[in-house]
Amino acid sequence: MEIGLAHYLTVAAILFSIGIFGIFMNRKNVIVILMSVELILLSVNINFVAFSSYLNDMGGQIFTMFILTVAAGEAAIGLAILVIYYRNRGSIAVEDIHLMKG
Amino acid sequence: MIYAICFYLFATITVFSAIMVISSRNPVHSVLYLILAFFNSAGLFVLLGAEFIAMILVIVYVGAVAVLFMFVVMMLDIDYSELRKGFQKYLPIGGLIGLILLAELLLVGFGWGLSGPVTTDPATAIPALNEMSNTEAIGSLLYTKYAFLFQMAGLILLVAMIGAIVLTHRARPGVKKQNINDQVMRRRGDAYDIVKVKPGQGLG
Repeated sequence: MEIGLAHYLTVAAILFSIGIFGIFMNRKNVIVILMSVELILLSVNINFVAFSSYLNDMGGQIFTMFILTVAAGEAAIGLAILVIYYRNRGSIAVEDIHLMKG
Repeated sequence: MIYAICFYLFATITVFSAIMVISSRNPVHSVLYLILAFFNSAGLFVLLGAEFIAMILVIVYVGAVAVLFMFVVMMLDIDYSELRKGFQKYLPIGGLIGLILLAELLLVGFGWGLSGPVTTDPATAIPALNEMSNTEAIGSLLYTKYAFLFQMAGLILLVAMIGAIVLTHRARPGVKKQNINDQVMRRRGDAYDIVKVKPGQGLG
C-alpha cells in the first residue's frame, strides 16, 4: 500500500486535535497545557516536513527549524513563569491565576 | 511494504503516546510519553527524507525541552490529583470541540486532495541525494537565503534565555556573598585606624 501525503496529513491532524483536546481536558494543570502546546507545534512540524517532501521544496524543512526555535523559547519562558508563580502563590491551578483581573 | 509498516508503526505509537500525554494521571508519565511521541515523529521525519530535522528534533525536544519539563514537574511540590478534578466535567465539551476540529482538518485535507495534483516549480528544490546530503542542502539554504531569519532565530533564543534567567533569578537578603569590587577597591585607610593612646588613659 502506497503511503502518500494524505497519510502524513491525517496523522498531523489527529495530533493537532489531541493537543486541542488536551488543553480543554486539563483546564487546571498548566504543565499539561504546555505539553499540549508542544504536541500542537509537533503536528505543525509534521505538516511542514510532509509538504516539503512531497512538493520537493526545501523551504518546509527550513521553517521547521524556526518552529523548533520558537517552541524551545516558549517552553523555557513558560516554565520560568510557572516556577515564579509557584514560588509566589504555592499553587499552579489555572483558576487561581487572576492576579491581573483587578 | 517496509515503508508502510514503518509508517504505521511510528504513526500509531505517536498518536497513542500523544493520547497518553494528555490523559495520564501522573505528569512524570506525561513527560515520558511526550518523549516517546517526539522519538516516533523523528522516525516519521526520517521516513520523509528529512534526516537532519529528525536528529534536531531528538536533540532539541528530547534533550532540552522534555528534560526542562521533567525538572519543573519534579521540582514543584504539587498535589496533581487535585488538579485533575474537572476531567470528567470537561470531557463532553472538549471531546466535541476536538472532534469538530479533527473533522474540519480532514475535510480541508481531502478537499485539497480533490483539487488535483499540485504542479509546483519550487524555488528551493530538494537536491538529489547523490549530489548533496540533506544536512548540506539545509545548510546551503539556511546560511544564504534565510540568513536574516537565522539571525532572528538566534535573537529569539537569546531573549528567551535572558528572560528565563531574569524571571527565575531572585536576590535573597541576608546571604553573605563575596563582593570582588569591594575587595579590590579596599584601601589601607578602610581597614584600620591608628589611635594614639596616651599613657595611663586607655582607650575609653
